[in-house]
Amino acid sequence: MELLDDIAERFRSRAPSCDYWTLRLVAEESDHLEVRQGVVEPSVIASTLGAMVTIVTAGGVGYGATSDLSPSGLSSAAERAADWARMHASHGLFEADLFPRSATVADYRSPVSEPWKGMSVADKLDLLQRADAALDIDERILDCSAWITRSRLKQLLVTSDGGRIAQRFEYVFPGLLAVANAGSQTQRRHGGGADSVQQGGLERLAAARLLEEAPRVAEEAIALLDAPECPSDTRDLILLPNQMALQIHESIGHPLELDRILGDERNYAGTSFVTPGMFGRYRYGSDLLDVTFDPTVPGELASMVADDEGNAAGRRYLIRRGILERPLGAPLSQARAGLSGVACSRASSWDRPPIDRMGNINLEPGEGSLEDLIARVERGVLMDTNRSWSIDDSRNKFQFGCELGRLIEDGQLTGLVRNPGYRGISAEFWRSLDGVGGPETREVCGVANCGKGEPNQAIFVGHASPPCLFRDVAVFGGGE
Amino acid sequence: MNQEYFQKLAERLFTRLEGEEILFCSLGGETSDFVRLTRNRIRQAGNVHSAALGLTLISGARQAEGSCDLAGESGPDLLRAIRLLQALRKRIGHVPEDPYLNYSTEPSESQRRVEAELPPVEEALAELIGAAEGLDLVGIWASGEIQEGLSSSIGHRHWHQSNSFNLDWSCYLESDKALKSGYGGFRWDSSVLRSKLGAMRDALHVMAQPAVTIAPGRYRAYLAPAAVQELMEMLAWGGFDLKNHRTQQTPLLKLIRGERHLDPRICIREESSRGLAPAFTAEGFLQPDSVALIEQGRHAECLVDARSAKEYGESVNAAGASPESLALDAGDLSLADVPARLDTGLYIGNLWYCNWSDANDCRVTGMTRFGTFWIEKGEVQGPVKVMRFDDSLYHVLGDRLEALTRDRELILSADTYDGRSTSSALLPGLLVSGIDLAL
Repeated sequence: MELLDDIAERFRSRAPSCDYWTLRLVAEESDHLEVRQGVVEPSVIASTLGAMVTIVTAGGVGYGATSDLSPSGLSSAAERAADWARMHASHGLFEADLFPRSATVADYRSPVSEPWKGMSVADKLDLLQRADAALDIDERILDCSAWITRSRLKQLLVTSDGGRIAQRFEYVFPGLLAVANAGSQTQRRHGGGADSVQQGGLERLAAARLLEEAPRVAEEAIALLDAPECPSDTRDLILLPNQMALQIHESIGHPLELDRILGDERNYAGTSFVTPGMFGRYRYGSDLLDVTFDPTVPGELASMVADDEGNAAGRRYLIRRGILERPLGAPLSQARAGLSGVACSRASSWDRPPIDRMGNINLEPGEGSLEDLIARVERGVLMDTNRSWSIDDSRNKFQFGCELGRLIEDGQLTGLVRNPGYRGISAEFWRSLDGVGGPETREVCGVANCGKGEPNQAIFVGHASPPCLFRDVAVFGGGE
Repeated sequence: MNQEYFQKLAERLFTRLEGEEILFCSLGGETSDFVRLTRNRIRQAGNVHSAALGLTLISGARQAEGSCDLAGESGPDLLRAIRLLQALRKRIGHVPEDPYLNYSTEPSESQRRVEAELPPVEEALAELIGAAEGLDLVGIWASGEIQEGLSSSIGHRHWHQSNSFNLDWSCYLESDKALKSGYGGFRWDSSVLRSKLGAMRDALHVMAQPAVTIAPGRYRAYLAPAAVQELMEMLAWGGFDLKNHRTQQTPLLKLIRGERHLDPRICIREESSRGLAPAFTAEGFLQPDSVALIEQGRHAECLVDARSAKEYGESVNAAGASPESLALDAGDLSLADVPARLDTGLYIGNLWYCNWSDANDCRVTGMTRFGTFWIEKGEVQGPVKVMRFDDSLYHVLGDRLEALTRDRELILSADTYDGRSTSSALLPGLLVSGIDLAL
């Protein structure tokens, strides 16, 4: 952080003359190790270092982003930002005085119990080679791989109002993939932490239990080849936490984004079936549906102390007992819409401006175990691990597919089914929620590639959820 | 960042190589203006100046890759690059020999500069906002220079630079009643913009008719080129590259096994000769002008990147796994005849958020979006509320394909996830006897 502080201090000493400025510096380092089919893939060591200067002046707002962090480079970025602020003043959508100002001073550091360097590269590769070998259990396994990606991101946001927010994020993402084939049927199965990405250090690698997981992942990929297709009819559905993450993401998270509701995303990511008048009264789901924006969960992917515009972040209910309470909108969108919201203005890196984003969007636990949920199903299917996602531009009509399904008959898990999928309409689906697992069933998952925005941005968001039971859902299998 | 600066930096790195080391240096840079518009007003505007250096260090049969940002100042940049080089050298000491290491050992050179005739961005935007007055326009303006370079200690010297603009927008009447358009390229012409906006205003009058609700089922349909692009992007997602073919993961598995085929009029090519994307690979190979991916409805060649080429014993013909300059052959249907030939069915302007419903059967699901109308006896009856389709491309591009249009549209990608994209697609529209709507 020292380097970023030095750069910030130099900028502050030559700060542009304007109503308000922010400087957001981002330094990220990443390392990717992978073994595929017994061969060590080229390892990739990457780093990025850059800054975004935001200027409010002459009644407008503009930004300039640059990888040139010299005093002259930052001055040039500030000048370009000021030029765009003047253009915004003439043709802007909103008054510049709505732009939030921050004097927040705060620090955040990801919880890391084991440092990345606590294990040598050779030992990491050795572990990956053994995990990869443990996936290759049968001639029907045509492809397999084991990997670890580590990323460390330091971000310093300073403002002309005296704000200084330093955040250090650290991530270790392990994973396994087995691809099985027989004739014209191919099945892919992931595991080893691939569907439960979190912040943290090398302890994430230990938690992934690659060597223990690998045989199961490969066996399930092979078993799916001969499994019957998931039936196509209407029946009860249990979604495991890793698929709940996707369900929450697509049909609660995105529709509650206030910039979508305001229309900013209509040309790309889309709009929302949610309208401003729904907050405080709309029944989004059954009484069992409690959803929070919670940046305080240790290790969850989007835990943070403040967003990228300097708004201090805290836990807030979005939906309580099924009733919609507030949108995912940061102060600028809140001011434009006249609604309260949360601190969720986030950017993917230094070269993209903050926009309304999900953070950690969590479905709060209910009661009981997964077995309790299964026991309540007479005829249903359980689905595990997302593999396909598609939803309309207002986030209503969705169709999702999973890697693996299991039939439920008379309260018992029975046979495996392949190519399981289900369809629904967000506005109706959550009202069919009839069971939420207890705290002990909750798993912290996330989405590492949430795409949105113009220019485009892919970002990390977290989703913690127990397994959930939905009644009378349209399910289907594969085939033409 | 210019070519000379990049080349000098690379040369200084080459002098620091040890023993028999080989170094490939790549550059990806851009200076871009991005302006978001909502309700025909500026929502968010700014400029991005970036440059990233990529290094691949090779020592014998070992290799390691890395990247770092460049500032544009030779002293600090050299320092960062040397630090990265040292990190790669250290990493190479820990990795085993790579049996799939593959790079061009023949020095080669190329230069391509695609220049643009653009007015100042502020002027173009003011013109757009004026011309679109009264429209609920939402979208993005992206413009500026993109640079991609490659230099190696073996003697490769390649440079691709283009200056362009891409205005990607839609206009809304209400709710999901909207039309989408785009105007991009290398020469700004106000009259083209005004003509597109004029056509949009006319079409919005049609869009103002009461929305038609249709039930799930199978419908005749015309898919405009922008909708076809979404289907081509699905095929590009694992459909054409050698690794996915050899590991049986391609969604065209039944096609390559000879169990299914597409209509004989379906011919899909990667056309590097279009010249909009770099024609060299990161390993110094040159891409052929054209690669036939589907010929007369049957699988032809795969895209083969350097690593897969070595693994499976083929020749390199691509920089990566997906096409960057895809083309689908034209047919004989004139645009003027589309309504009459469609007769009764759906005119689908765009598709959205496609994904595999079952890749084994090349079955895709996705949504209609923007400019989708119900047609009866060749006449527009009204816009259609968004519908989900779920169907196999073996049908849509196979036994249910009736015609392809004679005219094709060159669609420049508006993608900006990893910087401004240089990808493009040249596509006709498709008339099909049926597409299955599921929800």
